[in-house]
Amino acid sequence: MTSFRVRRPGARIDFEKPLSFSFDGQPYSGFAGDTLASALLANDVRMLARSFKYGRPRGIVGSGPEEPNALMQIEAGAHTIPNLKATQVELYDGLIARRTTGYPTLEFDLKSIGGLFSRFMPAGFYYKTFQNQKLWPKFEHIIRQAAGYGSAPAEPDPETYDHSHRHTQVLVVGGGASGLLAALAAGRAGLKVVVVDEQKECGGWLLSSPHSIIGGKTADAWLKAVLGELQSMPNVEVLTRTSAFALHNMNLVLAVEQLQDHLPLGARSAHRPRQRLHRIRAENVVLATGAIERPLVFGNNDLPGIMTASALTTYLNRYGVAAGKRVLLHTSNDHVYQGACDLVRAGCEVVLADARARVNPAWEKRARAAGVDLRLGYGIAYARGGRAVSGAQLVKLDAERNAVTGKGPSIDCDALGSSGGLSPTVHLYCHDGGRPHWDDEKLAFVVPATGRAKSRIYCVGAVTGEFGLQQALEQTQRTIGDLLASLGKPAGTTSATDVHTDEPASVPPRRIFRIPDGMREGHGKKAFVDFQNDVSAADIHLAVRENYRSIEHIKRYTALGFGTDQGKLSNVNGFAIAADARGISIPEVGTTTYRPAYSPVTFGTLAGLHADETFEPRRYSAMHACHVARGAEFEPVGQWLRPWYFPLPGEDMHAAVRRECLAARRGVGIMDASTLGKIDLRGKDVREFLGRVYANDWAKLAPGKCRYGLMLDENGMVMDDGVTACITDDHFVMTTTTGGAARVFSWLEKWHQTEWPDLDVYMTSVTDHWATAAIVGPKSRQTLAKVCSDIDLSPSAFKFMDWRDGTVAGVPARVFRISFSGELAFEVNVDANYGHHVWEALMDAGREFGITPYGTETMHVLRAEKGFIIVGQDTDGSMTPLDLDMAWAVSMKKPFSFIGKRSFARSDTAGPNRKQLVGLLTEDPEIVLAEGAQIIERTDIAPPVPMLGHVTSSYYSPELDRSIALAVVRDGINRRSDEGRKTGRDVLYAHAGGKAHKVRLVSPVFIDPKGERQNV
Amino acid sequence: MFVFFCPHCGENREEEEFGYGGEAFIPRPATPETLNDDAWGDYLFMRKNPKGWHWEMWSHNTGCRKFFVVKRNTATNAIAGSWTLSDGRKAYDAEGGAT
Ligand SMILES: [Zn+2]
Repeated sequence: MTSFRVRRPGARIDFEKPLSFSFDGQPYSGFAGDTLASALLANDVRMLARSFKYGRPRGIVGSGPEEPNALMQIEAGAHTIPNLKATQVELYDGLIARRTTGYPTLEFDLKSIGGLFSRFMPAGFYYKTFQNQKLWPKFEHIIRQAAGYGSAPAEPDPETYDHSHRHTQVLVVGGGASGLLAALAAGRAGLKVVVVDEQKECGGWLLSSPHSIIGGKTADAWLKAVLGELQSMPNVEVLTRTSAFALHNMNLVLAVEQLQDHLPLGARSAHRPRQRLHRIRAENVVLATGAIERPLVFGNNDLPGIMTASALTTYLNRYGVAAGKRVLLHTSNDHVYQGACDLVRAGCEVVLADARARVNPAWEKRARAAGVDLRLGYGIAYARGGRAVSGAQLVKLDAERNAVTGKGPSIDCDALGSSGGLSPTVHLYCHDGGRPHWDDEKLAFVVPATGRAKSRIYCVGAVTGEFGLQQALEQTQRTIGDLLASLGKPAGTTSATDVHTDEPASVPPRRIFRIPDGMREGHGKKAFVDFQNDVSAADIHLAVRENYRSIEHIKRYTALGFGTDQGKLSNVNGFAIAADARGISIPEVGTTTYRPAYSPVTFGTLAGLHADETFEPRRYSAMHACHVARGAEFEPVGQWLRPWYFPLPGEDMHAAVRRECLAARRGVGIMDASTLGKIDLRGKDVREFLGRVYANDWAKLAPGKCRYGLMLDENGMVMDDGVTACITDDHFVMTTTTGGAARVFSWLEKWHQTEWPDLDVYMTSVTDHWATAAIVGPKSRQTLAKVCSDIDLSPSAFKFMDWRDGTVAGVPARVFRISFSGELAFEVNVDANYGHHVWEALMDAGREFGITPYGTETMHVLRAEKGFIIVGQDTDGSMTPLDLDMAWAVSMKKPFSFIGKRSFARSDTAGPNRKQLVGLLTEDPEIVLAEGAQIIERTDIAPPVPMLGHVTSSYYSPELDRSIALAVVRDGINRRSDEGRKTGRDVLYAHAGGKAHKVRLVSPVFIDPKGERQNV
Repeated sequence: MFVFFCPHCGENREEEEFGYGGEAFIPRPATPETLNDDAWGDYLFMRKNPKGWHWEMWSHNTGCRKFFVVKRNTATNAIAGSWTLSDGRKAYDAEGGAT
C-alpha cells in the first residue's frame, strides 16, 4: 500500500458510513463523501486506464472536470453511462464501475507491445493514413475498439429529464469563495440571486484548503456562516450539483442539475427526473468559475501516481486520502506550498522541487518550518517507474533560461504532484464571443477583471487571474460593488474584514512549461501534454516541423485538446510548447475557440420531456376514435396522426389497400380529410388577394363554386395546392396541404402585412374548427342522400366543383363536390364537435353499399392513378406548373403580376431540358419501383452515369392490376409525346437497389384520362 | 437565444416565440414584367448579408402574428431596437437606408 487514509479535520468524509463498490469486477470499499476517484485512490488502485495510442498505464491526474484518464463506464444495462470522470462520480453503495480503455485487458494492452501502435500512429496519423478515404471504414472498428472510450447503452433510457425556465437578476456561476462573496453582496442588496455550483456542496478550493483564514474564521467556519446567511435570504437560491455548461447571447445560461446520479440505483425515485436542465435568463451574470491547475511537462509524466499538485492536496484535505508516503512536489509557483505543509502534517515525507531559484520568502519560511525538504532551482528531467511512479531524476535549471545547467539528485517517491500554474476557467466567458487575453506575469489566459459590463457579464476571482485568495476576494468586492452601483443599490454590503485572509501575497511564477531534460525534443523520455490523446511535446514539435502554423491546425493535426476533457489541462502547455518551437510568444500562437458545452451533457437532458410520446404535440382529428374502433393502422403526417389503412382480420397492408381502392372505385369509400389546412378569408379584397397569391384566376368564381389552385413562390415554383371555395363575394375558404398549413398561413400573412396592407383581408386558421369526411365512389351520392335531405344532390343541380350548405345527419354542414380520386365524391364539412357523430352516421348510411373506410395509403394510390400530385412528394421546390404539365391552372391574363409569374420568363425556368412530371410503367408489371429510384438512359456505360431524374411516387394499382409510378425526368413531356415514342426516347431505366428496370414514359393520368367518372 | 421586444405586444419575449422573416425593406417591384432577368434576379436572390448591422424582419409567431423590424448586429448579435414595419422604415430611412 502506498496510499493511506488520513482523518483530516475539515475533510468531507464520513468515516462512520462505509460504502461498497466494484471496479472491473473487484469489490472495494469507501466512505460517504468519497468520489469514485478518491475511493479508488484510497484502495491503492493506481492504474485505471491504458493510453489511447501507446497503451501506457495511466492513473488519476486531477480531482474534477479536468481529469483526462480516469474515464469510467458506470453501471450496466439501460442505466449505463460511458466516459464519466471518476473524479466527478459521487460514490454510493453498490456502485459498479468499469474501465473504458485497455484492450483486451487493462493488465495487458496490445498497444503497449513494443510500441506496436505508436509506430503506426505518429502525430497527424489520421491525416496521413486516411487521406485515402476508402481505408477508414476498414480500420475504424479496430481503432475504436483498441482506443476504448466506453459504450453507449443499447436499451431505451429508463429515466426522465426535465427543463426549468428561470429568470433572475443575478446569476452567480461557481460557489467558491469569490462566488459566495458575490452572492452574499448581491443578496444583501435585495437582488434576486441564483448561485450554481457543479459540486455536491459549495466551497470550491476552500474545500481543499479548510484551514485558510477568512474574516477571522477558518474556511470551514466561513463557509458555514456564508451559506447559512444565503439560505436565510428568500431572494437567494443556491443550486448544487448544477453545472453551467453554456452561456448564449443575452445572458442565457444553460445548466444541468444532477438530481439522482449520486444515489444507489435502488434508491432513485421513478417519480423524479434524473437530471434537470435549467435555462436561466439572467439580467446580470457573475462568472466565478475559478481556475484549474495545469501540470508541468516532463519525461514519463504520465506514470500512475503523478497528478497535479492541487489534486494531491484535494485528496488529502477534502477526501482524507494521502496518495503516497513519500511525496515529490514540483512547481513553478506559490500554489503548492500550503499543500506541501499539509502533506507533512499528515505524516508524509515531502520533497518540493521549485523551478525558481528564489521563491516567496513567506512561503519558504512556512514550508521549511513545517519540515518540507525544499530544493530550489531544480526541475524533473524524467520520472521513474513501471506501472506506478517510483522516483524522479532532477536536474539543475539555469536561473534565467529554461535550460539544464547540471545534474540533480535522484529522488525516490511513491506519489508526485506538479504545478505549472493555474489556467482560469474562461470557457463560459468565451461562449458568447468573448476572448481571453494572455497575462505574461500570471502566465495564464485570463478574462478582463471588469468583465463585459455592456453585456452585464461580470467576472470575479481566479477566472480574472487573481489567484491569491486575498486578492480574489478584494477584486470580487470591487466588481460586485460596481454591479450594485450600476443598479442604484448601495455598493458596500460587505466589509473589508469580510475579505481579510492569512495568506501571504503571491509572487510571480516562473515562465516554464516543458521542463528541459538536457536533450533535443523527441530524444529523451516521452513527455506528455495531452494525456487522453497521447500527445507529447515531441508531437507538437513534429507538427511545427511539418509546417503547421495556426494553433487551430496544430490542435487538429495532433489531436491536442480533443478529448472529453477538452484540453482543460493541456491547452496552455501545448500552446506554450508550440510557441517555443516556433520562437514566438504565446499570444502570437493565439488561443482556440471555446464552444459549448463546457462539460459533456447527456442527450436526455437536452431533450427533456421532448421524447417519445411527448416529442412534439400530436394532433388527432375529431373522428380519431372512430378509426381506432375500426382497427386502423396510423401514420404521422406532420403533427397529425392519420389513419394509414384499415386492415380486416388477417389482412396485410397490401390486401387492405387493394380492398379499399376497389371499394372507392366501384362502390363507396370514406376517408377522414379533417387534417387539410383550412383558412377562412374575409374582406372585400379577398378575391384580389387570391389572384395575387395563386397562379389561377379567381375573378369569376361565383358563390357556391370552388376551384383548385396552385400556389407558387416568387421563383415560380409550386409550393402548395388546394381547393378554395367562394362562400360570398367577400368570404372564401381556402384549403391547404396537411403538412403545409402553417407555412402557407405565415406566407399569406407576410405578403398581406409587408406588401399589401391596403387590401381588406382578414385571415383565420380554421383547420381545427371543421371535421371533414370524404365520401368517394359511384355510390357516394346514394349514401349521402340517406342522411341529407335539404340539398338537391342531382347531377344537374349539384355539379362537380360546387359546394352547398345543408344538413347532414341532422347537423349543419358545408358539402363540397370535389374529388381527389377521380371518382364521384362529396366532402362533408361539419363543426368538429359533430365529427364523430357524422362519421358514424355516414358509415350507417353506406352500410348497404358496402361503405369502406380508407386511409392515406389508399388515398395516395387513388390520386396517383389519376396523376394528381402531392406537393412535396412529386415536387421539390424546383417544379413550375409547366414542369407539372399543369398550364391549365395558370392564368397569364390576370392584370396583377401574381407571385411567381415573372420568374416563368427567367432563362433557366423557360429553358429546355427541365425535369418534368411523367407517368412510368415498368416493363414487368409486377415490379413496384422504389421511390427515389434514379432514372438513367442506358445501363451499359461506366459510372458516373448521368441522372435524368427520379421516381417520386410508386404504387401497385389494384384497378389496373399492375404497378404505376410518377417521376420527374429531364425533357419528360417531350419524351412521352408521340414524337418521343417514335424515336424511342420514352424508354429509360429506373435504377435502385443495384438493379436497373426498363420503364416506359407515359401520361401521368393512368385512369379515366377524360375525367368522366367524377362528373357523373 | 435572443429576447425580442415585440412592438405590437409591447413586451420582451423569448426567441422561441418568433420566426425569422429575412432582410427587411426589399420591396416587390411594382411592375415585374418590366425588369430584365438581372434586376429580377437581384430582387429574388441578392441579399446584403453584412457582417455588422442588419435590418431584418421577425414575426411574432406564437404571439400577435405580426411582422416587425429588428436592427441586429450579425457579428455581435447586439440588437439596436425593434419597430413596427412603418416605424422601422422611417428609422431605416433616417439612417440613409444604410446598414
Ligand atoms: Zn407580438
